[in-house]
Amino acid sequence: MGISKERIEDVLAKYDYRADALVPILMDTQSLCVDHFLTEATQKYIAKKLDLTYVDVYEVSSFFAALHKTPKGKYHIQVCDSSVCRINKKDIIQTFLEQHLQIEPGQMTPDGLFSLEKTTCFGACDISPAVRINKKVHGHLTIQKMKKLLGELKEASHV
Amino acid sequence: MSKTRSLISEFFDKYQIDHFDDYIRLGGFKGLKKALEAGPDYVIEALKKSELRGRGGAAYPAYKKWSSSKERQAPTKYVLVNGDEGEPGTFKDRDLLDKDPYKVLEGLIIAGYTIGAQEGYIYIREEYELIRQKLTEAIAHAKHHNYLGQNILGTDFSFQVKVYTGAGAYVCGENTALIESMHGNVGRPRVKRPRVSEKGLFHQPTMVNNVETFACAATILAHGADTYANAGLNGFKGTKMISLCGNISKPGVYEVPFGITLREIIEDIGGGTRDLSLGKFVQSGGASCALIPYTHFDTPYTYEDFDKEGFSIGSGAIVVANGNIRVVDYLSSVTSFFEHESCGKCTPCREGTKRMHEIIEDLCRDQASQKQIDRLNQIAYTMIDSSLCGLGQTAPAATLSALKHFEDEIMESVVL
Repeated sequence: MGISKERIEDVLAKYDYRADALVPILMDTQSLCVDHFLTEATQKYIAKKLDLTYVDVYEVSSFFAALHKTPKGKYHIQVCDSSVCRINKKDIIQTFLEQHLQIEPGQMTPDGLFSLEKTTCFGACDISPAVRINKKVHGHLTIQKMKKLLGELKEASHV
Repeated sequence: MSKTRSLISEFFDKYQIDHFDDYIRLGGFKGLKKALEAGPDYVIEALKKSELRGRGGAAYPAYKKWSSSKERQAPTKYVLVNGDEGEPGTFKDRDLLDKDPYKVLEGLIIAGYTIGAQEGYIYIREEYELIRQKLTEAIAHAKHHNYLGQNILGTDFSFQVKVYTGAGAYVCGENTALIESMHGNVGRPRVKRPRVSEKGLFHQPTMVNNVETFACAATILAHGADTYANAGLNGFKGTKMISLCGNISKPGVYEVPFGITLREIIEDIGGGTRDLSLGKFVQSGGASCALIPYTHFDTPYTYEDFDKEGFSIGSGAIVVANGNIRVVDYLSSVTSFFEHESCGKCTPCREGTKRMHEIIEDLCRDQASQKQIDRLNQIAYTMIDSSLCGLGQTAPAATLSALKHFEDEIMESVVL
């Protein structure tokens, strides 16, 4: 499942096993999962515990962009694809990332270190072009800056 | 003289949230004290006098919403802060929550007191995770100092606030969808009637307002409706938080008086475009709003003038584009956004957003036919007339305005 039953139980208990808290339950569970996504088994387990069907849970998990359907890297890079970042030439950053990491949006590097995704506006237009890496926003990007950032992350992953 | 104002944003960057006493010394929570002293009717009267309109985009007069929520008889009512700021180009709620969370809280408490609610919720988009943590901290401090919780400031009024985080869906900015997701369901809008003011959060009457509306209410109460109203120019009342971005020298969140012109916003506040050109168009209000061509940059930034021209104040986003960007390329990002964010519940929006994007892509490749342009119009008006919620009804606005103001340029991409 990518997560132990005990840890799921902890999350469920935090929300008193309330089915109306399904969205935060799934978000919290995902943050504890290996590969940062919700497997079918995890979703089925949560469904059973909340007295829902798997379809109920799957409908929600497949709807929200922040709930992942496939494994994500240790560093999940989200490139803003909105109009403002396009005006500010985010294409250059995206192309650099694709070439440097040898993956396309939606994919993960074979070593599981990086995954890439195009995303809608996350409200960092004042420092556009911007990316989000594991929820942290990095703005005013240039290729040099992006290169340095990736280098630092690779370095940090060895520690 | 500076063209910006400092009323709603008066405390930005002036305090740290763990120094609550500093905030009070600055004059924070003065609005709440005034409200508790003068009573709910005074609050509504002040909102009316200030002519404050809801800042989420629909621009409904705030006093009407607040007074009808107040009049509604129900044992349990909720107040909900819509902080699911997802409109591309908009980030003013981010700054309001990040740089002065107490003011938003203050507005929320005033709202709870005015309409007779016991509990408030703040819905924050997933993308603002770090702000959520800050807000949770602010709530704890406010509670500790008795500005929240039981018998606030020694009165009979008690009020609790909880924070809720979204999971990444633009459509959840729509009130019914937002509440659906808070019930553990898919965040799809439902058919209105009952409205959320009758049956909202946990099936109880709920008053939902945008983050900025609450901050404005607190400001109006603290300084008086007249002071706030007089901050506008040429008889237009009040100020607005804008998110200025795109091709602009000094992007950022600014508080501007209503009545200022777009040109002043772009040139005097934003420092002009980065290539010193005059700019080609701006998209004001967000992706769901019309493009404003450079010929209309002298239009005053007011609800009235914008309405007349078919433009929108909307969320307060002002995205500036210069001559380097083709209108069709810009539309491609707008239509792909709506295709991605349509929830799929109703056919006009689900199919319409997809087909509009396809035609725009053909235009980008200079391969569209006149028939497709006709079809684009037809789809757009069908969506406006028959979509279930605001997403589908407003998604075609940018395209239609482009067809009106940039017809010649668009026709260059049409194969005759």
